Amino acid sequence: MKESVIKTEKLTKRFGDFVAVNEISFEVFKGEVFGFLGANGAGKTTAMRMLCGLSVPSSGIATVAGFDVFKQTENIKRNIGYMSQKFSLYEDLTVLENIRFFGGIYGLSDKQLKEKSSELVLTLGLQNETKKLVGALPLGWKQKLAFSVAIIHQPKIVFLDEPTGGVDPVTRRQFWDLIYEAANSGITIFVTTHYMDEAEYCNRVSMMVDGSIKALDSPSNLKKQFSATSMDEVFFELARGAKRGE
Amino acid sequence: MRTIRLLLEKEFRQIFRNKALLPMIFVMPLIQLVVLPLAADYEVKNISISVVDHDHSTYSHKLISSITSSGYFKLIGYTNSYPEAIHLVELDKADLVLEVPSGFEKNLVRENEQKLFIAVNAINGVKASLGGAYLNKIIANFNADIRLQLIQPSRNNATPVIEVVSSNWFNPFMNYKFFIVPGILAILVTMVGGYMCALNIVKEKEIGTIEQINVTPIKKIHFILGKLIPFWIIGIFVFTVGLVVVSRLIYGIVPMGNIVLLYSFLSIYLVALLGFGLLVSTYSETQQQAISVAFFFVMIFILMSGLFTSIDSMPGWAKIIAQLNPVTYFIEVMRMIVLKGSSFKDIKWHFVIVTIFAFVLNGWAILNYKKTT
Repeated sequence: MKESVIKTEKLTKRFGDFVAVNEISFEVFKGEVFGFLGANGAGKTTAMRMLCGLSVPSSGIATVAGFDVFKQTENIKRNIGYMSQKFSLYEDLTVLENIRFFGGIYGLSDKQLKEKSSELVLTLGLQNETKKLVGALPLGWKQKLAFSVAIIHQPKIVFLDEPTGGVDPVTRRQFWDLIYEAANSGITIFVTTHYMDEAEYCNRVSMMVDGSIKALDSPSNLKKQFSATSMDEVFFELARGAKRGE
Repeated sequence: MRTIRLLLEKEFRQIFRNKALLPMIFVMPLIQLVVLPLAADYEVKNISISVVDHDHSTYSHKLISSITSSGYFKLIGYTNSYPEAIHLVELDKADLVLEVPSGFEKNLVRENEQKLFIAVNAINGVKASLGGAYLNKIIANFNADIRLQLIQPSRNNATPVIEVVSSNWFNPFMNYKFFIVPGILAILVTMVGGYMCALNIVKEKEIGTIEQINVTPIKKIHFILGKLIPFWIIGIFVFTVGLVVVSRLIYGIVPMGNIVLLYSFLSIYLVALLGFGLLVSTYSETQQQAISVAFFFVMIFILMSGLFTSIDSMPGWAKIIAQLNPVTYFIEVMRMIVLKGSSFKDIKWHFVIVTIFAFVLNGWAILNYKKTT
């Protein structure tokens, strides 16, 4: 049987009267690429922040990497990687300094850091940019670097919040190659996106509308279920009823 | 330990790469310490005086010349009528009007008594009251001189006179700079420490890197120490440059007391101050907010610290505010150790209070700093 790495039951987050995330229940399995879709304001980021231990849920149950999101957030943090919507490496540090800093705080030794750095620089083709400040890199490279740094400690799960926003199609493709590579090495991928072609790359996707999960299955099953030809159509079908939005 | 080392490494790299921050930390305080004490001087000079002389006698001329030669007054009008003189005040050209009545010399010699009239422009309170006081003193001296010339005091029949002779302890020449430089140095350390620390953390909030930190296993206390230690070191550095380079070389102020004692106090004070910066940062989401809040407090800290005005002469409620102000204690300690050479016994309560500040401010900030929302 597949091992589940994220499990939620009626997970809810309220801000005053506003229910940002409304009783969502789902499971994510080890090694899966899990797409977490939804329109703007549907509650994706809030849900993700709860799973990462950045935000305390209002009610419900959830475990991430086997740890409770209420009580064991520090354990969760040791076992996950996170890449936020905002680019969040230090732009005033160089490529190598960022790798060293983030790798270091996840407990990588100096020797491991050295190995990882050269390996990472090689895969990303950043050999000539290692001494450059990250702020000077093009966005696509920044995003790939941020992803590589987010999984530098081989976490059980990596959370990606719209990782390819504003990136050109070629770079997006390369980015997804990196995601698959990570998934093959056993890292579970939890990704939000607005690109429906990217949704097709996922093993399973969930659709969030107004704080609730309205559908959850593999892209092919979803298309069958909604008798649609593409994920775009599925998305329209579901998101049309949304009351919230920006 | 490794985490803290990594954090410090990162902070120092960022600080030394920040082209806007470096001059703020290293150059601005020094310039201010060189410039401010020269300008922020209590001694009032260049008081413009307009004299109405109805007498035109030797004595009235003597009086006027002793006023102008005192170095405090500038004679800007010598008129024949009071309305002319007061018009100069109205035009803001004169600060003081001295009216010498006709028959000044005659009455002084014959009747041994004469009244003079002084009108003071009270718009600038300090200039007015000090100018009036200086003028009174000059006239009193002039009076004493005249009396000595006129009346040969007989040995037995001398009028008893009480003369007060004062000596200025700890600052024998009443050099105003001795008083103000240690105070300004205290303020500068306060500003550099308080602002930089608050801004640095809020900047990470603004650009979103703090979220990346919050999702790592870095402990809250490690992150905070990683922020406090660099600015603590910078605070000590700025203070040292101010004390050695500016105070000593430029103003010739050599601390009378124990340097180790001074630095011990500074160390604790900086912890309290950085705690304040940290606290501000936990309540602010943007650098603008942080700057506004910090500015509000630093303003009060400075004006109510006894730097420019004596705390003893403040009303009761203001004294309470001054006592809740950490800067007050630092300025007092600076003056006590640097000018007076006070020992630990004299400032032990200052130590206790500033330690309490350090615990309260940092404790509050740590409680309020949350990795999760």
